[in-house]
Amino acid sequence: MRKNYKIDVDCANCANKMEVAANDTAGVKNAVVNFMTLKMQVEFEDGADAKEVMGRVRENCKRVESDCEIFI
Amino acid sequence: MNRKQRKNLLRIIAAAALMIGLNFVEVAGAERFALYMVPYLIVGYDILIKAARGIKNLQALDENFLMAVATIGAIVLAVYSGSGDYTEAVAVMLFYQIGEWFQSYAIGRSRQNISALMDIRPDYANIENLGRLEQVDPSEIETGTTIIIQPGEKVPLDGVVVDGNSTLNTSALTGESLPRNVAVGDEVLSGCINLNGVLKVRTTKLFEESTASKILDLVENASSRKSRSENFITKFARIYTPVVVGSAVALAVIPSLVTGDFATWLYRALIFLVISCPCALVISIPLTFFAGLGGASRAGILIKGSNFLETLSKVKTVVMDKTGTLTRGIFEVDAVHPISTNCISENPTEARQILHYSAHVEKYSTHPIATSIRKAYPAENDGCTVENVEELAGLGIRAEVNGNVIHVGNEKLMEKIGAAWKPCDRLGTIIHVAVNGAYAGHVIVADKLKPRAKKSVEELYRAGVNRIVMLTGDLKKVAAKVAGDLGIGEYYAELLPAQKVERLESILSEKSFAVAFVGDGINDAPVLARADIGIAMGALGADAAIEAADVVLMDDDPLKISRAIEIAKKTLAIVRENIYFAIGVKVLCLALGAVGIANMWFAIFADVGVMVLAVLNALRALSA
Repeated sequence: MRKNYKIDVDCANCANKMEVAANDTAGVKNAVVNFMTLKMQVEFEDGADAKEVMGRVRENCKRVESDCEIFI
Repeated sequence: MNRKQRKNLLRIIAAAALMIGLNFVEVAGAERFALYMVPYLIVGYDILIKAARGIKNLQALDENFLMAVATIGAIVLAVYSGSGDYTEAVAVMLFYQIGEWFQSYAIGRSRQNISALMDIRPDYANIENLGRLEQVDPSEIETGTTIIIQPGEKVPLDGVVVDGNSTLNTSALTGESLPRNVAVGDEVLSGCINLNGVLKVRTTKLFEESTASKILDLVENASSRKSRSENFITKFARIYTPVVVGSAVALAVIPSLVTGDFATWLYRALIFLVISCPCALVISIPLTFFAGLGGASRAGILIKGSNFLETLSKVKTVVMDKTGTLTRGIFEVDAVHPISTNCISENPTEARQILHYSAHVEKYSTHPIATSIRKAYPAENDGCTVENVEELAGLGIRAEVNGNVIHVGNEKLMEKIGAAWKPCDRLGTIIHVAVNGAYAGHVIVADKLKPRAKKSVEELYRAGVNRIVMLTGDLKKVAAKVAGDLGIGEYYAELLPAQKVERLESILSEKSFAVAFVGDGINDAPVLARADIGIAMGALGADAAIEAADVVLMDDDPLKISRAIEIAKKTLAIVRENIYFAIGVKVLCLALGAVGIANMWFAIFADVGVMVLAVLNALRALSA
């Protein structure tokens, strides 16, 4: 399952940091952050609950870049 | 400007005004400290919070941390030495924020530029319900539904026109603003804009499979594959910051143990910290790639990741498919030779008569050759009577036009009816025409070169490519002619798809530079996938090509190949400039700071200045 989320982040490197953090989250198979379009595309592991996983993704992203937002 | 930017700008202005004002206020001691803390906190509170959070989350060593330590250190020094000079700390924070603000503003602007151009996502589709138009979410529409597209609206789903005619603007898909006319029976692609007439379209694809969705998917995931330079920067920043912080500590401690002058060396260490902030690099390198990808998509060239941009810039060998890449891939009437002219010069009146007859005879045929003949003779509805059309399998067609028996077909047909046909040297498919059993002449139908094919080969050489190879499944004599016309020295003809892969592999093995393959995605998807860089032409419609290729050209123009290489080269040149420039200035300033020539003002100007210049330079890639 793949889903797109709108994000808000200020710098290109912060977007890269978010991508790494999202990929390190349990339940995420692959995450891609596009800084230019401000979108995060997340591919979930089979059987993962998107809402719950995204909560953790947001938490992890905020840890590396406090000034970011994911619109779930 | 968004809300955040407006707020930050106000903070910057307020802090700057306060700082200037405080210059005229004569206070000392604790009052002075309190007064100067107002602009410091106004402009820097978020940095301090971020730095504190970073320490809590074990992500301490970032630029927020550097700025917080440097400014707090400067304040502590001012208190400790009793100088009361807090302006430096406030100024460092202020200029840092100005740099950040500028970067955010510049990126916001360029983002708007790109997203406006890539704005092909359709928001709704109109369906007719009880005589009234209703707007529906396009993802809910099933295949085969009839939708209505009004002038000015985006085509929401791929489909076929069932009623009406109009002009479509395809610029969002192809990067070219050449309008396309459509009428009943024509295919329309989602993402185009309907310019004038109302169209009724029967959808042929679901929303997710429509062109607009596919392209958006491609663009939005373009950044997934990182380039080596970006990986370098990420690694660099990870090692760099701890090294810098370590050096700063050493600079503060070791010399002061020797000289005993702790304050001076602490101050120098703080300057060292400010200068060493790697913002310019970590911001501008990814930004350059984003801008390069954005600029390319604006030109109708979709590149699937920044790593491909990097490889593309190193391409020295271009291997090209012939059909559909250099030639149009569709048959067209190349020449008409009436019998009287003996295959040399053409007689316009007789030639027209031959085309006239053959167009009528081929009236009902859907064969590509028939289509090409009808296209060459547009005045087909001229009131002539066409009767008793009979298709002769493997031979051609017989029909009566205005009472004359016309045979149109190959040599065998001419033999069969006993017409004295003549052979022809011209390349292509020869269609013979006989009128009332007597040979009248022949029409040559061939796949023509694309209008800009020759120029595109020249441009490739100009873009630094030193070897162009043409591969084709076509006959050797056709390949020789095309290669000769275009100035391509090396070609391999009569190849099966698998042999194309073998040929490419042998080229790959003998070259150390990157090899690009350009094809139209029809039966060359394996070759596209095998090359260092697979470039697919005319992605509109060829799904396999979009999947297999690394670079997708939105339309059929071969000139875009050299354009893509140029964009890649320019982007990589900017990346290199920024790396050398930023690191060079930093190293110079670090050295000056360590020996005490540079003060903190100098340090912050160097840092923000380099960043602003690097960001401006990065954004040049947008218009590459």
